[in-house]
Amino acid sequence: MKRYYQPEIETASREQILAWQNERLVKQVHHVWENVPYYRKKMEEKGLTPEDIKGVADLHKLPFLTKDDLREAYPYGLMGKPLKDCVRIQSTSGTTGKRVVAFYTQKDIDLWEDCCARAIVAVGGTEEDVCQVCYGYGLFTGGPGLNGGSHKVGCLTLPMSSGNTDRQLQFMTDLEATIICCTPSYAAYLAESIHERGLRDQIKLKAGIFGAEAWSEEMRRDVEKSLGIRAYDIYGLTEISGPGVAFECEEQTGMHINEDHFIAEIIDPNTGEVLPEGEKGELVFTCITKEAFPLLRYRTRDICVLSRKKCSCGRTHVKMSKPMGRSDDMLIIKGVNVFPSQIETVLLEQGYQANYQIIVDRVNNSDTLEVQVEMTAENFSDSLSKIGEMEKQLVGALKAMLGIYAKVKLVAPKTIARSEGKAVRIIDKRKI
Amino acid sequence: MTNIHQISIFLENRAGSLAEVTGMLAESGINLRALSIAESADYGVLRIIADDAEKATAALLEKGCVLSMTPVTVVSVPDEPAGLSEVLKLLAEGSVDIEYMYSLFTHQNAKAYMVFRVADEEKFRAVLSAHGIGLATKEELGLK
Ligand SMILES: [Zn+2]
Repeated sequence: MKRYYQPEIETASREQILAWQNERLVKQVHHVWENVPYYRKKMEEKGLTPEDIKGVADLHKLPFLTKDDLREAYPYGLMGKPLKDCVRIQSTSGTTGKRVVAFYTQKDIDLWEDCCARAIVAVGGTEEDVCQVCYGYGLFTGGPGLNGGSHKVGCLTLPMSSGNTDRQLQFMTDLEATIICCTPSYAAYLAESIHERGLRDQIKLKAGIFGAEAWSEEMRRDVEKSLGIRAYDIYGLTEISGPGVAFECEEQTGMHINEDHFIAEIIDPNTGEVLPEGEKGELVFTCITKEAFPLLRYRTRDICVLSRKKCSCGRTHVKMSKPMGRSDDMLIIKGVNVFPSQIETVLLEQGYQANYQIIVDRVNNSDTLEVQVEMTAENFSDSLSKIGEMEKQLVGALKAMLGIYAKVKLVAPKTIARSEGKAVRIIDKRKI
Repeated sequence: MTNIHQISIFLENRAGSLAEVTGMLAESGINLRALSIAESADYGVLRIIADDAEKATAALLEKGCVLSMTPVTVVSVPDEPAGLSEVLKLLAEGSVDIEYMYSLFTHQNAKAYMVFRVADEEKFRAVLSAHGIGLATKEELGLK
């Protein structure tokens, strides 16, 4: 059985990987300098020219990019190729409601799908397998990414998209799916439904690739036990490409980053200093092969640790731990990025105060979001039905902004503590 | 004729929230003539007729309550069996849309009073006066 999708790359020597990175980084910096005025200006402000970057050792000199830059440059400001060379966009929510739109050339999609194919082969996927993809298809990268990877491996691909549990289970049993790709919370939900319906004997799954939200080792063991599979983590973000930036191997002790495409750094989120290997800090990515959306030193806001310890799987690429938190206040709810600032924007638009509380919980393996907001004189009425209408309007506006349902709870004025800190605003009751 | 003002106050649905508001009113020496509560699962609207609406409003606002003032009409209902039912029948015949209503008690005399909030006040009063049904005055109810 094939152990690697691209063995010569995935098991290359460290020297070889570094040589690729040096060569590709130099080339990419030139590409960005020539084609992305937004970044060129950032380099010029630091007194840099492409000649200053001779290899990975000089990477730390380059300016960072953040979600704020994506917002400022929206939609075309960070493109490295003219639109006529682009074939696809994918998108995710941004900090203040403006969405992040990432562009892809056909080559970008090809390389991205290679990364996803590596992840599928790493969990034992071959052309004999039936791969059920229940991530959302569309603007979300989850469905399209794993779908493409599954094609490359040669699996029979079931492009299910998310939701509709009855249909998921019908295809899973009738077509004998062996690999499933979805969020870990949906996997747990499916496992429960399978047991409730007594379908356990008809399930042929052997592995699951679960990403797009945080999950614990305990949850991994639960899902593995209840479905009789091995459960693997996968990491990615739209800005960098999508799922498959990093993926877990059979050792299940961290995710190999595809270093031939992405250079990873860990920095101190406060100072921006690069931290030595093994230290916990913010993960930063530099794309060295992407054409259409070539982000350099993009700050992910995910806090994690890198390790270059030899892995028993034979892969030589660096491993990242599961993200342990965020250096900003982004929440991932039902796999969707939610920023408190988005909720704030909606509240102000609807005539409420920016004083609110967000309560996130996980009920029956599904995330719930409640927004508590103080009633204002402007929105108050002697008529219960009018208040109900206002409430419904707020729920609708939140859904439009966030893409997910939020329960609204109107509370009496001055009952939510005034605070500058995010800790009081967000109560995350999920045990992850 | 001067309007009678109802004060509507936002209430959270939790133990003690009503007591907090009535406590504030008691502290300011306000007497309640009528009270009703409309509620949903998470919150409610407390509607009151206070003897001194201005003083009550000031006291509640100072304590940080969210409230609104609504003009309402208090009808003097014939104090006999089917008295209210008769009035409601007339209003229905006159196509008067009642948003809500509740009763008001007074010790001044032996009459029965109902507080009405309707969609079309003018039509409402026309129906009442056409049938000789009286409206209560502030004096009659002991309101300032
Ligand atoms: Zn490995």
